[in-house]
Amino acid sequence: MFAYRKPLLAVAVSFALLSQAALAEDQFFPIVSYRVGPYGANGQAFYGGFVDYLNYVNLKDGGINGVKLVWEECETEYNNAKGVECYERLKSKAKVSTGPLHTMSTGISYALIEKAVDDKLPLAMMGYGRTDAVDGSVFPYAFPLVTTYQMQASAILKFIKDKEKGSLEGKKIAFLYHDSAYGKEPIVALQEEAKLNKFDLSLIPVAHPGNEQSAQWLKIRQENPNYVIFWGWGVMNQTALKAAQKVGFPREKIIGSWWAGSEEDTVPAGDAAKGYMAATWNVAGTTVPLIADIEKVVYGANKGNLQDKTKLGTILYNRGVSAAVLSVEALRGAQAKYGKGKPVNGEQVRWALENLDITDARLKEIGATDLLPPIRTSCANHEGSGMVKIQQWDGAKWVPVSGWIEGDKALIHPLFKVSAQQYAKEKNIVPRDCTKES
Amino acid sequence: MRFFLEVLISGLLSGVMYSLVALGFVLIYKASGVFNFAQGAMVYLAALSVVGCMEKGAPLWLAIPLALGIMTLFGIATEKFVLRKLVNQPPIALFMATIGLAFFIEGLAPMVFGSDPRALDLGIVDEPIEAILNRWGMVISRFDLVAAGIAALLVTVLALFFQYTRIGRALRAVADDHQAALSIGIPLQHIWAIVWGVAGFVALVAGMLWGARNGVQFALTFTALKALPVLIIGGFTSVPGAIVGGLIIGASEKLAEIYLPPLMESAFGGNFGGIEGWFPYVLALLFLLIRPEGLFGEKHIDRV
Repeated sequence: MFAYRKPLLAVAVSFALLSQAALAEDQFFPIVSYRVGPYGANGQAFYGGFVDYLNYVNLKDGGINGVKLVWEECETEYNNAKGVECYERLKSKAKVSTGPLHTMSTGISYALIEKAVDDKLPLAMMGYGRTDAVDGSVFPYAFPLVTTYQMQASAILKFIKDKEKGSLEGKKIAFLYHDSAYGKEPIVALQEEAKLNKFDLSLIPVAHPGNEQSAQWLKIRQENPNYVIFWGWGVMNQTALKAAQKVGFPREKIIGSWWAGSEEDTVPAGDAAKGYMAATWNVAGTTVPLIADIEKVVYGANKGNLQDKTKLGTILYNRGVSAAVLSVEALRGAQAKYGKGKPVNGEQVRWALENLDITDARLKEIGATDLLPPIRTSCANHEGSGMVKIQQWDGAKWVPVSGWIEGDKALIHPLFKVSAQQYAKEKNIVPRDCTKES
Repeated sequence: MRFFLEVLISGLLSGVMYSLVALGFVLIYKASGVFNFAQGAMVYLAALSVVGCMEKGAPLWLAIPLALGIMTLFGIATEKFVLRKLVNQPPIALFMATIGLAFFIEGLAPMVFGSDPRALDLGIVDEPIEAILNRWGMVISRFDLVAAGIAALLVTVLALFFQYTRIGRALRAVADDHQAALSIGIPLQHIWAIVWGVAGFVALVAGMLWGARNGVQFALTFTALKALPVLIIGGFTSVPGAIVGGLIIGASEKLAEIYLPPLMESAFGGNFGGIEGWFPYVLALLFLLIRPEGLFGEKHIDRV
């Protein structure tokens, strides 16, 4: 009870940090977050991890080459209009120096994608957002880093194919999805995969919010697919697992997207979630050396951002840390090019995001081996990786059951190119020549 | 045919769950003539109170009366601090007050009990009943049947309460005209406090069943979305109407979800589905055109 004390403290701390943000020698981070509202529980873990890593860099190394990281959070409640309002509020503070802005919402990403170009403020959309922004020639300031919905769907199929002894021919796969832009994004990729791998694809949408799915699961029971690929969100995830239990569909045959693969999705479903699998681009657990060190350094100094420390090491917390790792690595790259020990601006960070090269060796150096996949971006490839792991819920925790799996880039990336070119035509954008970028 | 029956029964049982939420709306409407926008939030608060008490160490049998206590106090406080000032005001003023109340609960409840989605185990397994599955090959959930039984019991008790008790009659008088009810000595404040307390109890039952099914989380507030078409069809003032409306909505939306998309696809091409989100509202709209007061609602005749 009385959990409001911490948020009040957080507000007070934010004001204190706000005053620091004005200092020209600091590196500012605009953070549009959602810690309250319908999806607040997810946001608390993610932003807890994100802010903890920024704090960790300050505490452990005194910032990036001596440049201290400061930030300001603005609450969106996962609402597009509030997201734009927050962006407008924060962008003036991000003029001198800025980290990438993680929108954490496909809707907010779409709303900001054109504004960000005008304001020279790079957007990071890790695993969500406008996926054809992989083509950096058309979208210079948008970065769907790590992987996209389409590449993730393709990687899930690769995992299933391996389980089915290398062939999907004649198999039945049902795609149960949130009837929204998020849920529909991978359909084109799945249809291409179905043609290539000769499996039957059945599309089953679920109306928002998805708290009632008995019709869909009776349909699944009738069709009796070999697997269900599941693109759920929020309450839809627990409802699906419970409904699958109700019709007796084995949870071991359901593979969800990363938005349906956190503890927040499985714990409320109780026993119904056991055996369920989901894709992820970061692993859970406090055994990752970086996460263990954050606990020691940040929480040891009593500067942890989590209100509920049990979230430390959860999928979403570690995802927040991963997002911050990529942001900080981009800032290091920008400083290396434009001047060590100096804050960097949006244009410079944009260059760095387009030239990220986080190798296994670098991940090991920062204690993040296997936390996230290696990433190498370019003007033509703002995604940089396209890899996910498949994890399984054992009733108490997520356990990885595969190594990093890359989606079929040769099949999927041309789809992005076509879509991006179409967008360029509609908006009268002249695509950059990526061969001339460095 | 077996599949049709399976979908139909599943829909009827889902409809019972909608009815449980709709009942809370009916109670408030009967007492004040106002659509209580905060009913979904009350369902959330009630379920959160149960898991909140359990996290503090209370067993389920104790957490339920504690949560009921919280909901009763909430009802009394609502009457004292919100409604009392609005006696004899137009219904729209009361409606606006319930909107404010909804946002207040949605902000306060997670602040007090935390916003993490949590499981609520009532000890009723949500799995197919083996005997039915083996004999007829149909999936009927034990949990859904228990929920239907609870709803039937609740409706019977509430219907008897409204029909045969002094409070029930006083409540109907208050709903008709606040001022007239006051003039003949009916204690309006007392009646409103009771009815909000009873609505809190109904919210608790609905919240526990929905929470046990989908987890206790903010999305419980969305359960109110399906209650509106249920009310339009059943009538805003009828307790049995809430049940019948729920059954109609539940069965029709499930049948529509299964059988309409293939027809639409053959007519228009493309991929259809997810229509249960809007289908109940279309059905409610048709009912509004044909029978605006709903199946069991009171017909209003205004003299000009």
